[in-house]
Amino acid sequence: MLRIPRDQLSNMARDLLVVVLINTCIAGLFALLSGKRLDVQLVYAHAIGLSIWALIYFGRFAFPVEPPHYWPAGWQRVALLTIGTSVGYTGGTLIGDWYGGYSTLEMLTSAPRRFWGLVAFAAAASMGFTWIFVREARLAAEQRLLTDARLKLIESQIEPHMLFNTLANLRALIETDPPRAVEMLDRLNDYLRATLSASRAREHPLAAEFARSRDYLELMAVRMGARLQFTLDLPPALSAIPVPPLVLQPLVENAIRHGLEPKPAGGTLTIRARHEGDLLHLEVADTGLGFAPAPDTKPATAEGSGFGLAQVRERLQVRYGSAATLSVQPQGAGPGGTIATIATITIRTPHPKLRREP
Amino acid sequence: MQALIAEDEPLLAAALQRQLKALWPTLETTIAADGATAVQQALAHRPALLFLDIRMPGIDGLEAAAQIIESWGDGGPLPLVVFVTAHDEHALAAFALAAVDYVQKPVQPARLAQTVARLQARLSAQAPGAAAAVSAPEEPFLAQLRTLLSTPTPARAPRLQVIQAAIGNQLHLIPVEEVLFAEAADKYVRIVTRERECLLRTPIRELQAGLDPAVFWQIHRGTLVRATAIETVTRDAAGRQWIHLRGCAEKLAVSRIWGYRFRAM
Repeated sequence: MLRIPRDQLSNMARDLLVVVLINTCIAGLFALLSGKRLDVQLVYAHAIGLSIWALIYFGRFAFPVEPPHYWPAGWQRVALLTIGTSVGYTGGTLIGDWYGGYSTLEMLTSAPRRFWGLVAFAAAASMGFTWIFVREARLAAEQRLLTDARLKLIESQIEPHMLFNTLANLRALIETDPPRAVEMLDRLNDYLRATLSASRAREHPLAAEFARSRDYLELMAVRMGARLQFTLDLPPALSAIPVPPLVLQPLVENAIRHGLEPKPAGGTLTIRARHEGDLLHLEVADTGLGFAPAPDTKPATAEGSGFGLAQVRERLQVRYGSAATLSVQPQGAGPGGTIATIATITIRTPHPKLRREP
Repeated sequence: MQALIAEDEPLLAAALQRQLKALWPTLETTIAADGATAVQQALAHRPALLFLDIRMPGIDGLEAAAQIIESWGDGGPLPLVVFVTAHDEHALAAFALAAVDYVQKPVQPARLAQTVARLQARLSAQAPGAAAAVSAPEEPFLAQLRTLLSTPTPARAPRLQVIQAAIGNQLHLIPVEEVLFAEAADKYVRIVTRERECLLRTPIRELQAGLDPAVFWQIHRGTLVRATAIETVTRDAAGRQWIHLRGCAEKLAVSRIWGYRFRAM
C-alpha cells in the first residue's frame, strides 16, 4: 500500500489541473495538424497524459522517498519515468484506439516514423512534466525550511524570560534613573528590530553583527550588574565583511544562558574577529560554567544549547556549504583567564584588503 | 518583621525592596543575590517572609525554598514564601491554588499590595494560637512544593532491576529488591542493603526516576527509603521525625516537606 503524506495531497489537485490543461492544448494542436476529430484527439491526449501522470505521480511513493519533496533520485527516477511512460503510453493509446476505432499498432508497419515520433513525443512530455514537478516540489520544500528557520530564530531571540526580565528592569530604571532607562529602551528597540528583520535579509556587514551583539550584551549587563563583563574585538579592516545576520547571536546567548547566567560569580564574555590566511574566525568565549554539567543541571539546559548550535550550523551550511564550520570547545586558555567554553565560526573568505585589489 | 529577598538581578532586587518599603513600612528587608546565599541568610536570620525569584544561578528558588524548610527545624512556624517569576508557566499553574503566593515580573504595585495584604492576614492568624496551629496551615504549601519539586523527573523512565556500583575495581550488581535506602551524600549516592553499602556517581534524581515511588518513599530531599523496611517512626524533643529500619542500625531524618506520610500515626 502506498503511503502518501497529507501535505503532498494538497499539491496534487493543482498538478492534476496543469496536466489536464496541457493535455487539452496538445489534443487541440494534434486535431489542427492531423485534421482528425477533436473528440478522438481529446480522448487520446487525456488517456495517455493522465495514465502517465498518475503512474509517475503516485508510483514515486513505491520508492523509499523522503521529505521534504518526496521524489526519488538517480536511477530510481529513471526507472520510474521509463516504466510510467511506457505503461501509461500503451494503456492510454489502447483506450484511444477503442474510442476512435483505430489501431495504433498497425501504424508501426504502415507509418513507423509517425509511430515512433508519437512515442518520443510522449516520453519527452512526461520527462518535461516530471522535471517541472520535481523542481517545484524542491522549491516549495526549501521555502518551508526557510520559513521554519525564521520562526525558530524569532522564537529563540524573543524568549519570554528574557523579555519580561528586561521589562522589569526597565520599570525599575524608569523610577530611579530615567536617562539610563531611555538608553536601555533604545537598546531593546534596536535588538527587537534587528531580530525581526534579520530573518529577512540575507547578509549584513560584520560591524552590524557586532553592534547587535553589543545591544544584547548591554541589555544583559543591566540585568546581571557586575556579574557580566564583556569585550568586543573587531579589527576595522574586517568590519565590512558580509555575514548572515545574527549568526553570532545564538552563540552569545548560549554563553550567557548556559555559561554565565547560572554561575553565581558571573564572568567575562569575549567576542573576537580575526583573519588568518583566507579564513575568517569569529569567536565567542566565556568564563562561565563550561561543559561539565553541574549536579543539579536540568536536562532542558543541555537541549537548549544544542538547539542554538544546530541552528547556526544549518544557516552556515545553507549559505556557505562546506566553506564554513562551527566548532565548540570546552576549556582553553585565552587572554583574561580561563576560558570555559569557546565557540568559533570559521568562514573561508579572502581578506578584505586582498579582495579590493584587482 | 523581617523579610528576605532572593533575586540575582540587582535592579530588580532593589526595586522590590523599594516597593515593599512603600507598602509595608515596618518590614525590614535584606537581599541575597543567589540561591545558596538565600539559604544561608534565611537560616541565619530566620525571617518571617521569603520572596524568592524562581530562576537564579546555582540553586533556583524552588530548591532554595526546599532547603530552607528542610533545615528550618525546631517546630516553629515556617517562613511564608512568595515566589517571584518572569515567566514560568508550570510554576504559575501550580501556585494558582496555593496557600502561598506568587508575583509576576515586572512586579506591579497593585498586585504586590494584594500579596502584602494576604501575608499580613496569614501572619496575624498565626500569631495568637501558634502552638495549636503549627503544622496544619502549612501543609497545602508543602504539598504544592512537593509537586513542584518532583516535576523535573521524567515520568515514564524504565524501572531499574539492578543497580551497578563499582566497589574497588570490581563492578557489583545489586538487585533493587535488596536496597534498604538510598541517600545523597555530596556528589554521590549511598546505596545501603542489609549486607553492604556502596557509592554511586549518579545524581539521586536520576536514580529516583528508575525506582517505583510506591516502593521507595522520599522522606527527605536526598533520601529514598524502602517503605516495607521501615520499622518505627519517632519524634524527638525538637519535633523532628526519625525513621528506624528493620535490620539496620542507622536512623534516617524525615524532612518537614515529606513528613506528611507519617502524620496519621
